[in-house]
Parts: sequence; structure tokens; C-alpha cells
Amino acid sequence: MKQQRILFDLLLTFLKIGLFTFGGGYAMISMIGDSCVEKKKWITQDDMMNITVIAESTPGPIAINCATFVGYQQAGFAGALTATLGIVLPSFLIIYAISMFFDHFLEITVIANAFRGIRIAVGFLILDAGLTMKKKMPRKLLPQAILGGSFAAMLLIGIFSWNFSSISLMLLAAAVRLAVCAIEERNAGKGGVKP
Amino acid sequence: MIYLELFFGFLRVGCFAFGGAYGAIPLIRDVVLSYGWLDDEALSCMIAVSESTPGPIMVNLATYVGSSQAGLPGAVIATTAVVLPSFLVILLVTAVLKTLLHHRYVQAVLGGLKPCMAGIILATGVTMILGNLTGPAERAVVDLPSVDLPSVILMALLGGILLAVKKIRKKKLSPITTIIVSAVLGMVVYGFG
Repeated sequence: MKQQRILFDLLLTFLKIGLFTFGGGYAMISMIGDSCVEKKKWITQDDMMNITVIAESTPGPIAINCATFVGYQQAGFAGALTATLGIVLPSFLIIYAISMFFDHFLEITVIANAFRGIRIAVGFLILDAGLTMKKKMPRKLLPQAILGGSFAAMLLIGIFSWNFSSISLMLLAAAVRLAVCAIEERNAGKGGVKP
Repeated sequence: MIYLELFFGFLRVGCFAFGGAYGAIPLIRDVVLSYGWLDDEALSCMIAVSESTPGPIMVNLATYVGSSQAGLPGAVIATTAVVLPSFLVILLVTAVLKTLLHHRYVQAVLGGLKPCMAGIILATGVTMILGNLTGPAERAVVDLPSVDLPSVILMALLGGILLAVKKIRKKKLSPITTIIVSAVLGMVVYGFG
């Protein structure tokens, strides 16, 4: 009985997220944070950050990854299945309807105008997701430097349309952090001082 | 056998599409064109629709291509195939995550990835906002002389509303409300602009 209530809640929440997520994965982070962290308290902000990183390093849309993760945390395999189904269903039905009935969907002026408006909101939502993550970063030199560096690099990549994927950037950041960790450990081993 | 082709074609997309939708588009193009499901023009049009409608772009494209090739069963098969790899990978990761997270080197890797992720997302937001200022045609290209006035007005209005709500209600406007407000603003501002 309790299990059924949780599953129903998951389905409903992710249907709502699926229906209102425009503009790809990063905007979704803001949406999932609002529902699953702040309102439902299903996961913590730190969980959210972990799963964002994992989602970005594994194949597939971030939205699907997040839904599967939250669903699994709440109600195991059935939960994962329910949440994933919930997030996919709205767009599935919408796209199916579009492919059946509207050949020139985006040529309808009112719809095109509404979507242009939504694009602007999506920019704000992504920025907001980024700021929320930034706030949670430890105020130490290395994390802040990595954050600033990747921000600058990604901005340049975006503005000049360079062909350099965010995955390479993430690999680089992980390598840097790992190297620092190894050096710290070696120094600690030599001097006998544990940080 | 079109169903099998759809399944394996989109399974491939689901397996190798790292780094979000924009990284996946070249891969999807490759698969869709190599099977001859859509021509280049139809695909570009479809990408525009997928970007505008809710949901992950990859999933939207899979649904559309599947439906255009083999109706409802095709749509279901293509969508399932594109979602399946990430679903399974996350199940696997989540099952071992709790124990894995305590490992020192995993901690170190995550410690590098998290700030990097935050930086990437911030930059994506800024790039997108700058791109929106120049109108819908160019994405991510900042070209000051061609600033799109209605977009600037809309952005100022939306930004004002967001700030005002945050100040007055001491709470952020929820993302869903933000989307709805922006859609209405879009209809009004671009309608008269």
C-alpha cells in the first residue's frame, strides 16, 4: 500500500517534470532540484550534484539518468521504472501527436512566439542551476579554480563554436584533482603529516 | 526488418551519446542518414521541433523518427531503445554507488568533476542568454550590432518578474511557473514586435 503511494507520487512528479522540461538536460536540473530536493525532499542537494556528474559521464540524456536514480532511491527497481516512464511519457505523446498531425508545427506563429519566450526562460533556469551548484562548492582554492577555469573555457568554446566537448573538459578536471590528491598523499607519506 | 533496424539504430545512439543532447546530434544524424530514414532537411526541421517541445531532445528525435518510419510500434521501439542504455547504466551505478562513494580516489575524481560541472552549466546558461539576445537565428554567436530588441525587452521583463517574486515572496518562482510566464510573455512581446 505504502509502496503504491510512493510509486504514484513518483509517476505524477516526473510526469510534471517531463511535461515542462524544455531545452535539454541542464534546464532539467533546475526542475528536478525544485521538485525532488526542495519540495519532496527525496534526495539532498549533494545527491543531486553527484547524480548530475554521473549523468554527464554516462551515456544518455541527463533527465533520464536523474529520473532513474531518484526512482531507484525511493522504491527500488519498480521506482526507477516508474520515474523513467513518467519523464518520457509526456514528450513521447506530444512528439507522436506532432508527427501525426502537424507537419508544419513551428510555422504556426503563436506557437513559435511562445517557444521563443520559453528559450529565454531556459537560459535563466540553466544559470540558476549553475549558481545553486556554485553555492555548494567548498570555498577552497582548488575547487574554485577548477570552477572558474571550466567556466571560462566553456564560455570561449560556446562563443567561438569550437569543437571541444564538455566531456574532455570534465576528464581534464578529474585528472587534475586526482593528480593533486596523489601528490598530497605522497607528501603526507614523506612528512608523516596527515591533512 | 524496420523494427529491428530502429531498435539497434537507436540503441547505438543511447549507448554512445555522451555529454547531453548537443553532443548527441551528430551521432543521431549519422545513424538516421545512414539508414536513410530522413533526409537532411527533414532532420534539421525535426531537431528544431525537438528543441522546442518538452523532454530530452534525443528521446524526442527517437519518437519522431520511429513514428515516421513505422507508426506507433516504431515510436515505442525507438524510444525504448534510446532510453534503455542510460536506464541500465544508472541502475548499475546506483546499486554500487553507496560503497563506491567512500573510496578515496572516487572522492577525488568527484571533487574535480563537481566544480567543473558547475562551471560548464554556468557557462551554458550565460552562452544561452547571450545567444538569445541576438534572436533565434544564431545560437551562441554574440554579434552586438544585431541585438534583437523584442528579446531584450522580454528578457528584462522576465528577469524583473523573477527578481520581484524572489524579493516579495522570499521564495524563487518555481521553474514550471517560470516556463509558463515566459511562454505567455513570448506570445505577447513577439506578437506585437
